[in-house]
Formats: sequence, structure tokens, C-alpha cells
Amino acid sequence: MEYLFAYVIFPGFLFTAVVGMLVSWIDRKVTARVQWRVGPPLFQPLYDFVKLLGKEIIVPRGASKATFLLAPLFGLAAVTLVSSMIWMASLYPDRGFVGDLIVVIYVMMIPSIAVIIGAFASKNRIASLGASREMKLMLADELPFLLAVMVVIIKSEAVHLGQIYHYQETYGMIFSSWSGVLAMIVAVLCMQAKLTLVPFDIPEAETELMGGVFVEYSGPPLAVLKLTRMMMLFTLPMVMVHLFLGGVHFQGMDILWSILKYVVLLVVIVLIRNTNPRVRIDQAMRFFWGPVLIIGIAAVILALLGF
Amino acid sequence: MGIKLKALTKSPWVYHLSTGSCNNCDIEILDCLTPRYDLERLGIVLVGSPRHADALLVTGNMTMKCMKRAKEVYDQMPKPGVVIAVGTCALGHGVFEGSYVMPKTVDEVLPVDIYIPGCPPKPEGIIAGVAKLLEMLKQKA
Repeated sequence: MEYLFAYVIFPGFLFTAVVGMLVSWIDRKVTARVQWRVGPPLFQPLYDFVKLLGKEIIVPRGASKATFLLAPLFGLAAVTLVSSMIWMASLYPDRGFVGDLIVVIYVMMIPSIAVIIGAFASKNRIASLGASREMKLMLADELPFLLAVMVVIIKSEAVHLGQIYHYQETYGMIFSSWSGVLAMIVAVLCMQAKLTLVPFDIPEAETELMGGVFVEYSGPPLAVLKLTRMMMLFTLPMVMVHLFLGGVHFQGMDILWSILKYVVLLVVIVLIRNTNPRVRIDQAMRFFWGPVLIIGIAAVILALLGF
Repeated sequence: MGIKLKALTKSPWVYHLSTGSCNNCDIEILDCLTPRYDLERLGIVLVGSPRHADALLVTGNMTMKCMKRAKEVYDQMPKPGVVIAVGTCALGHGVFEGSYVMPKTVDEVLPVDIYIPGCPPKPEGIIAGVAKLLEMLKQKA
């Protein structure tokens, strides 16, 4: 019962959805201000979501209906799970199990996989092209991201979210060491690719692929996909905060400090998104398997040497 | 129906369909998204796929080749949705009156909800038209 509450209401679905909408509004508003526009009103993400829920569902002819409609739900369930696990690890660091970090890393991949499956099931050429790009992007960013996470594991000598939290409480945040700084840079770049935001929004590519992987979705399934994206924008930086910046604390002024950590990370994401053009998929792969991978390996070596 | 239309007036996503325009109206439409006019403050976003759209924005004369395609794109748009005709050509035939490649006007092919005249209409005119359309939908809801 308690776990159900945690999954559906407090750190889980409802909380993440509401904060995700707020965060996506901040993203759009900051983007608008950077471009010297006024930007959308506060409740815009909610209006978008409600409107999409009221629209007609169109399943394209020849598409695999069940897969096409269920894939977005799997993505939503996965991102909810990641969010609840991270927040539970901050609320009750002593619970959880050994290896929950690995579970989080795996489950974090599922929204992308769900998008790929849904796009392939839609029997649309443009969607398939977008899905194949998304797959390549996943292959590209997963390896450096795992190296970055490995730095955290080597430093704290644990694959347990709670123990990582305790380690950073006693020895300071991972970001304060040299290997931690390098790992954090790698992780932020990978996060941009995982969120498919602008330098790496290759699978969606509004101008050439007309929404790419989402091209055939309409109505409620599209609403679920958009909501998943909004929740990812809240959850993934939260994972980074937990792994590299010491996690969220709830005593007194520490709450403000925790929120500040998240907001700084969000602003970094939004600024990267607003100051870069989209790269091609081969450039993205070369970038992640070249310079970023080298930085990641350097970070792991530094961590093994104890820096 | 009420809440559906109400939410639609708060975030109309627009798919831009040119059925044979000279690109002048299209440039004026893009002007609406620039910092000076900024349609995103009304929740209006240009989308790439008709499946995401709530409003079909038609510019230009309806040519014979486009008639079938325009109907198809309209059918691809999930309902409820609206059709906006922009520019003198889309309202009637404009300077192409009597041309043999344009047997029908836009509103004979698609159910147009609002007409925005002008050759091309100013961005202020387009925004005024869209605002009137949203007002109409609000009263219907």
C-alpha cells in the first residue's frame, strides 16, 4: 500500500507529472526570453495535455495497433519508476537494495526504447527513420554515460543509491573531486542526448522529419508521449543531482540548496539547447565515441588513482 | 464537447498547408512567430505533422492537383479541428479568377471556419483573425 502510494502519488506519477509540467514551462519561458519573446503562460503545458486528451485517436492503416498504442504507456511507467526510486533513495536512504543504481540505469533507457518500438509499429517511413536515428543516438550516449556512472561507483564503492547518498554526506559531493567534475561534464552531455534536446534532437528533427518518431501519434497517445518528455526533463537532472551533487536533503535550508542544484542544472540544459544548432547523426556519434568517451575514460582512470 | 473546445482555444497547434500560394502569405505567417508578434504567448505552435494539428492553415489558390491532397491532409487531422483560410487567393481566386487549373475555391473543398483577407494579410491581421476564431470557439464551448 505504501509503495503504491509512493509510485502513484508522492514521489511517483502525480508529483513528477506536476513538477515536470512546471519545469517544461520554465524551459519554454526561458527559451522565449532568450529569443526576446514573451513566451507561453504558466498553465500552457497543462492546456496542451488536456487538449490532446480530448482529441481523436488515429491509428494508421497497417500499423500494429496494440504495440502502437501501448508503447507510450511503457515509457510513462518507466520514467515514473525512475523518479520514485530516486526520490525514495533521498527520503529513506537506508531502504532500497544493492544494485538499485543499475536498475535505475536500465529503466532510464526504457522511454527511448518505447518511443522506438512505437515509431516502428506505426508503419510510417519517416517515423522509422526517426526511430533508427534514436537507436543510434542511444548506442552513442550510453557508453560514455556508463563510464560517468562508473566514476560514482568507484568513488563511493557502492552500487546502492542510499550508500552513494551517505558517502556524499560524509565526504562531500562527487562533483568536488577532479574525476567527478570530468564525469559530470560527460553525464550532462549524455543527458542532453537522452532528453533529445536541441544539439541532439536528431530523431525528432521538426524541420526535416516533421516530428520524426512522433509523426503518426495523435490525441491521448501523443499526450502521454509529451508528458513522458516533460517528466524526463525533471527526472534525469534529478538522477544527476543524486549521483554527482549529493542528492536532495530535506532539513531546513538544505531544501533551498537542493532546489538550487536542480535549477542550475536545468538552466545549463536550457542554455545548451538555445545556443547550439542541431548536429547530424554521424557527427553526434563521432562526438560521443570520440572526445566524450576519452574524457569519460580519463575520469575513470583519475577516480581509480584516487583523485 | 465543452472542455475539449475550451482546451483547444488555449493551445491551438497549427499545420501550415500551401495549396499553391506565391509564398507571400507563408512569409507573413512566419512573421507571426517572430519576437515582434510572438504567437506562442497565445499557445499557438507550428507543428510538422497534420496528426498533431488542431488548425489547418490554408494559403493560396486551390489548384486542381492539390484538391485531392488537401482533402487527404484534412482527413489526417484529428478532430475537433478548424480550418483557417489566409489571403485573397484562398478566399476566392484573387488575380487568378477564371484560370482553367483552379476550378474550385478553398471553401468548396474544405469546411473553412474563418477567412483572413489581404494580399498578403499583415501579421496583425492574421492575429486578429485567429483571435476572433478563438472567441467564436469559446462561445461554442
